[in-house]
Amino acid sequence: MMHVSEKDMTANSELIAFRLGGQEFCVDIMSVRDIRGWTQTTPLPHSPEYVKGVINLRGSVLPVIDLAARLGFRPTEPTARHVIIVTQVNNQSVGLLVEAVSDILTINAGAIQPTPDVASDLARLFMRGVLAIEGRMISLISLDCVLPNSTESAGTVH
Amino acid sequence: MDTMAAIKQTFFQECEEQLAELENGLLAIERQEGDLETINAVFRAVHSIKGGAGAFGLDDLVRFAHTFETTLDLMRSNELEITTGLIKLMLRAADGLADLVRFSRDGADLDRARIAQLNGELARAAKGEPAAAAEPMPAAPAIADEPAADENGFVPIRFSLDDLLGEPAPSADETPADAPLTVRFKPKPELYAKANDAVVLLREIRRLGEAKIACDTSEIPLLTELDPEGAYLSWAVELDPAVQEASVREIFEFVVFDCDLDIGIAPEPVSATILTLPEPPSTVAEAAFAPAPVQQTETATVIPLTPERDLTPTESLIKAGQTQQAAAGGQQTTIRVDLDRVDRLIDLVGELVINQSMLAQRVMEAGIARLSEVAVGLDDLEHLTREIQDSVMAIRAQPVRPIFQRMSRVVREVADMTGKSVRLVTEGEGCEVDKTVIERLADPLTHMIRNAIDHGLEKPEDRLAAGKPEQGIVRMTAAHRSGRVIIEVSDDGAGINRARVREIAVKKGLVEANAQLSDSEIDDLIFHPGFSTASSISDVSGRGVGMDVVKRSIQALGGRISITSRPGRGTVFTLSLPLTLAVLDGMVVTVSGQTLVVPLTAIVETLQPKKQDVHGLGDTSRVIAIRGSFIPLIDIGRELGYRHEEADPLNSVAIMVESENRSQSALLVDGIIGQQQVVIKSLETNYGHVFGVAAATILGDGRVAVILDVDAVVAGSRADAGRSDISNRKRNAA
Repeated sequence: MMHVSEKDMTANSELIAFRLGGQEFCVDIMSVRDIRGWTQTTPLPHSPEYVKGVINLRGSVLPVIDLAARLGFRPTEPTARHVIIVTQVNNQSVGLLVEAVSDILTINAGAIQPTPDVASDLARLFMRGVLAIEGRMISLISLDCVLPNSTESAGTVH
Repeated sequence: MDTMAAIKQTFFQECEEQLAELENGLLAIERQEGDLETINAVFRAVHSIKGGAGAFGLDDLVRFAHTFETTLDLMRSNELEITTGLIKLMLRAADGLADLVRFSRDGADLDRARIAQLNGELARAAKGEPAAAAEPMPAAPAIADEPAADENGFVPIRFSLDDLLGEPAPSADETPADAPLTVRFKPKPELYAKANDAVVLLREIRRLGEAKIACDTSEIPLLTELDPEGAYLSWAVELDPAVQEASVREIFEFVVFDCDLDIGIAPEPVSATILTLPEPPSTVAEAAFAPAPVQQTETATVIPLTPERDLTPTESLIKAGQTQQAAAGGQQTTIRVDLDRVDRLIDLVGELVINQSMLAQRVMEAGIARLSEVAVGLDDLEHLTREIQDSVMAIRAQPVRPIFQRMSRVVREVADMTGKSVRLVTEGEGCEVDKTVIERLADPLTHMIRNAIDHGLEKPEDRLAAGKPEQGIVRMTAAHRSGRVIIEVSDDGAGINRARVREIAVKKGLVEANAQLSDSEIDDLIFHPGFSTASSISDVSGRGVGMDVVKRSIQALGGRISITSRPGRGTVFTLSLPLTLAVLDGMVVTVSGQTLVVPLTAIVETLQPKKQDVHGLGDTSRVIAIRGSFIPLIDIGRELGYRHEEADPLNSVAIMVESENRSQSALLVDGIIGQQQVVIKSLETNYGHVFGVAAATILGDGRVAVILDVDAVVAGSRADAGRSDISNRKRNAA
């Protein structure tokens, strides 16, 4: 629905930029529902390391993903200064744990350059392209596959 | 248009009720529990459907309902003997009627050939008794299996295309002297606009000689769509053979361009109602009204209304629009509410409960004394919220009856298909369960019933050889047991052929050829994906999908399925389902600093393990001795991957749980916080299924806690014994 897709990028669009492991990333502002401070999560059993757990978001259960760990960086040690960006991905709400929100950018599609070849496999899975803004490099992230692939139970043990 | 759609929707809702009543009644008659009132109720149900269908122009439905009703009417008036065969036919006709209703509502698949065949059978049944063909209308056609008209003068017209196409263009010269002249006269609006009057013209015709005049009202639309200046009536006139066509044409001379006029010779002299209409008319009110004053016949023919008994199309249309008015009459004390509204209410109440317990916790934290007015007020609030919650949940609770009734149809059809004689026995239809649970039970139950008949019951000859009665019994029961509803589907067939099951499982590579399997483990194999014991794919039990699909859909409902089978005696499938999908009574426990909820339904007791009771078994497993028996000890902290080191049983609490096959296990947790009713929140909505976790909930402090899936954890710990750490496996899998 509201996730970043190639088509959305053809027009002027607004992006939210944030910092992670010393680098800058951004997502389409249309997929962002809320930005809130870090709160302690309830860990889920048998979940991948990048799934921090779940929090109560106004009565519904919201999974929080450590985006740094998901992108293959060192797992985040969250503090009160970290923020959770609540996003809407494929009809699901997902919280992204990031260091800080840095900027809101307005760009047009032409400004997006293809991802350079050097990026790691994991990073390439999420990156839609890079932006050069005021001498900074900001990577545009697609949120389609931040959640673990198999939402099916892996637990039917016999 | 919206009003129209809404009325139509109401009609279909009522149809469902009528269909249920119809089937109920027929089944009661079959069990010989019915009396005259039952037959009347059955008749009324079909009649109401027909009436409503007529109002919406659902011709197929009207025709079928009419034939059905005619046969029922004969039954009602004792002109048709009630036999087993007849009731069976009636039940099949009820199924056909249900199909037609569904087809009319949402275009579901319709086996037209079957409907036509049923229609024929019904008509033949009605004709079965020569004396039965009561024909109140002297003009009723004498075609072989034409149904008789009822008191409403409701005669479906059978017509053949040959009549339309094969008939040569008639002319005055060719008119045989003895053939009656027929006139079909359909005024256009212009006719009335030019101040001509159909009545005057018809009167003129009557002056020519004896005439039978029938008015066709089938094209009258609903009142909302009726153009006051439109022309919707047409007339069919049968004239004395002596009347010359030319003289008829003379009458219509001035209006011939403002009406459709068709003058010809009836192919069958006796038939008064051969109407050459463009399509089969659904409602023809016929009146041989020659002696009656014209003014009266006009009103009488527009609406076929009988003052006494039952619903006419018009009445049922009014009823469809104003269901609530019936409540005022004292018969109906229910209202229809959109499910979305109820669900919204349930969500809100869920939030209220969470909010209330958060508030209570804050008050406690603020150090307000237990007996202060604030605390007492809070207690009252808690009671109220609980009560509201219970009442709201009760709105969604529905008896399982409709779903059980649906199964009797499945039984009939599958019995027919497999050539087995089957009786369905149901018990506990009044058991109430959440509506969603009931809806989602339909498919699994259908599948289980099919399996029970197709695979469970033996062929009649085999049954007789085994000294059993030829007729097999499929039993379906529902009962409440410790906060859950237990549904059992059992058959008195041959039971599971374990040797065959094992053979197939080995062949399909599901188990090792030399594996040691207990009987119940073999039985459980039929739940394995892709397993199917039928050597040929039968139409009945589906293709390749089997009990694994059933198991998964039951699990998705938070239910369990288990199987017990005794050779030669039959098989019992037991479903254990939650009463509601929204709340759960749980025990709040702590494990490795995490708060978990254990469903109270699974818990048998809690105890503090003593040193001498805990024994090691093998390299990793431990058991606890309780009253002389050894029960496996499951370390929840390790099982869920919260920690790697073993918990010290002496500093823990053991929670005894009973899982689906009634086996007991002891769950080791760090401590118990208390008991609490919790609102179930889905993890699947935003995340996905997590092994060992049934769902999540939000506790009083606003934090999320996971609800333990006891059976999964128990099963997992068994499969896990001696294997690598389960959390590692999960991580690799992801």
